Amino acid sequence: MTVYILRRLAQTLLVLFVTALLVFFGLFLVGDPVEILVNPVADETERARASAALGLDKPIYEQFFIFLKNAITGNLGTSFVFGRSALEVIIERMPATLELAFLAMVIAVSLGVPLGIYAGLRPDSIAAKAIMAASILGFSLPTFWVGLLLILVFAVQLGWLPSTGRGPTVDVFGLQLSIVHWEGLKYALLPAINLALFKLSLIIRLARAQTREQVLLDYVKFARAKGLSKARVIGVHLLKNILIPLVTVIGLELGSVIAFAVVTETIFAWPGMGKLVIDSIFQLDRPVVVAYLLIVVFMFILINLAVDLLYSALDPRVRLAEAK
Amino acid sequence: MSTMEIPLSPALPQQAKGESRFLRFAREFAASHIAVFGLAMLAVVIVVALAAPWIAPQNPYDLGKLDLLDARLPPGEKAGSGNMTYLLGTDGQGRDMLSAIMYGLRVSLMVGVASGAIALTLGAALGVLAAYLGGRFEQVLMRIVDIQLGFPAILVALILLAVLGKGVDKIIIALVTVQWAYYARTARSAALVERNKDYIEAARGLGLSARRIVLRHLLPNSLPPLIVVATVQVAHAIALEATLSFLGLGLPATEPSLGLLIANGYEYMLSGKYWISVYPGVALLATILAINLVGDQLRDVLNPRLAR
Repeated sequence: MTVYILRRLAQTLLVLFVTALLVFFGLFLVGDPVEILVNPVADETERARASAALGLDKPIYEQFFIFLKNAITGNLGTSFVFGRSALEVIIERMPATLELAFLAMVIAVSLGVPLGIYAGLRPDSIAAKAIMAASILGFSLPTFWVGLLLILVFAVQLGWLPSTGRGPTVDVFGLQLSIVHWEGLKYALLPAINLALFKLSLIIRLARAQTREQVLLDYVKFARAKGLSKARVIGVHLLKNILIPLVTVIGLELGSVIAFAVVTETIFAWPGMGKLVIDSIFQLDRPVVVAYLLIVVFMFILINLAVDLLYSALDPRVRLAEAK
Repeated sequence: MSTMEIPLSPALPQQAKGESRFLRFAREFAASHIAVFGLAMLAVVIVVALAAPWIAPQNPYDLGKLDLLDARLPPGEKAGSGNMTYLLGTDGQGRDMLSAIMYGLRVSLMVGVASGAIALTLGAALGVLAAYLGGRFEQVLMRIVDIQLGFPAILVALILLAVLGKGVDKIIIALVTVQWAYYARTARSAALVERNKDYIEAARGLGLSARRIVLRHLLPNSLPPLIVVATVQVAHAIALEATLSFLGLGLPATEPSLGLLIANGYEYMLSGKYWISVYPGVALLATILAINLVGDQLRDVLNPRLAR
């Protein structure tokens, strides 16, 4: 097991290195940030000075080595635009993205699992067919367009919820969170629903397929024969068994929710990491783009690893094949 | 064409004599009304996209034909010059939305199908080769596939487009990179199953060259699952392209796809001018939904495990 984790961590370093290499050299080709940052009427000497101040006058491979050297000590460079540590700028925005992702997953799971189980228990009922039709629609709807429709209907037409931005935040153990009280939650609701829709469809389909398989198994019959109430058979025995594959998917989807937050945050002007990276791409703020991608890739690898470990802990039949 | 006569699986049910494989396939596909509806919808989408230059009421890129006085007219409004009616309204530059959507559909479909075709070719070739060769090549390739599929498509595409910049070729490169791994994985597992069947053994026994076995025997017989993956992936690619273009990372403004049209309407949304964003979105939804409906049924029809 230890060997397995060590190997995965070594692989992590390799993936991070390749990402850094690709993004660093790729961004170098796209454009010169000095062009955007310096006053357009600035003369040559002024440009050269700006270039030197940002470390852009050195050859690219030298810049990359400096970056690597600093990265090992946890310094991912200084943002051209903010003039502060890129890592700091991103970490500042992280709670906003994470609370959005968390709320979205809560919505997707708390609605998706019961609806999926229901559709699995009564696959021929009209309600189940409606649920499944809705889930195909949920798969097909492009996230960003649904976001626009949500704004149009709930903010512009009905005026129930604010359209864009993040509400007032509250300090919770040093984290600035907005969803812990109603004023802030109002702002988070539309983007979270937007982010949740695709995952909701996915969870419904999975829970339904799992339920349909599991109800045929002997342990369900046995539990019924024992005279257990229906609620207990479904709520305890069935639920436990369908949760195993669901946990894997939910874990993996948590990562993709964070990635997809880029889209939702842009639409709802939500000040998270995703909006930051899109802005940074347009402003050629290389250190922030590189740092964001490295952080997200790293988070992803950790989530994948955690899910794999959790999976083998939950289901004793699964032994990590590479654990040798 | 003797290779095509070999049944995909011995479990295929016996059919009425004289019924060709295509007819049987068509009959099974048509068993689902909703799938037929999806296919009809897809046919309409494709015809509109192909015929856009001839059937669109206006050439949306001919700036000389646009009248700024007609900007942001709601659906059904007549043009100032009186010679046409804007059925779906106009955008910020007085462009007829219906025409813009038809042309946008063209771009969206082209990008989706082109990237799907390239990714399918590349992924299938690598996957089948991995299954046939085995060993180091297979291990390394599948490791790369695993790592890549661990990341969401949008993240990989975002990295690539941040690096590559805008353009039709750039977005196709990004979409191919995102998709090839799905095809490679599917092709490999399909080919692994096929490889151990008797007809491959027989082909080897006949002394056929490796190239011939892979290209004429292994590849055609591994196709059905790939077709299913392809429908799902093309729908994904179209949605992803629209999303990236909406973010301003995909196509340049000179070739507006549906995603870019929706993005252009975004600024007018808050003032209630819904049609500029909503109708291109409806066209996008119809396209993706149609492909998904067809794909769902194809999955059932092409799946030999489901007894019919």
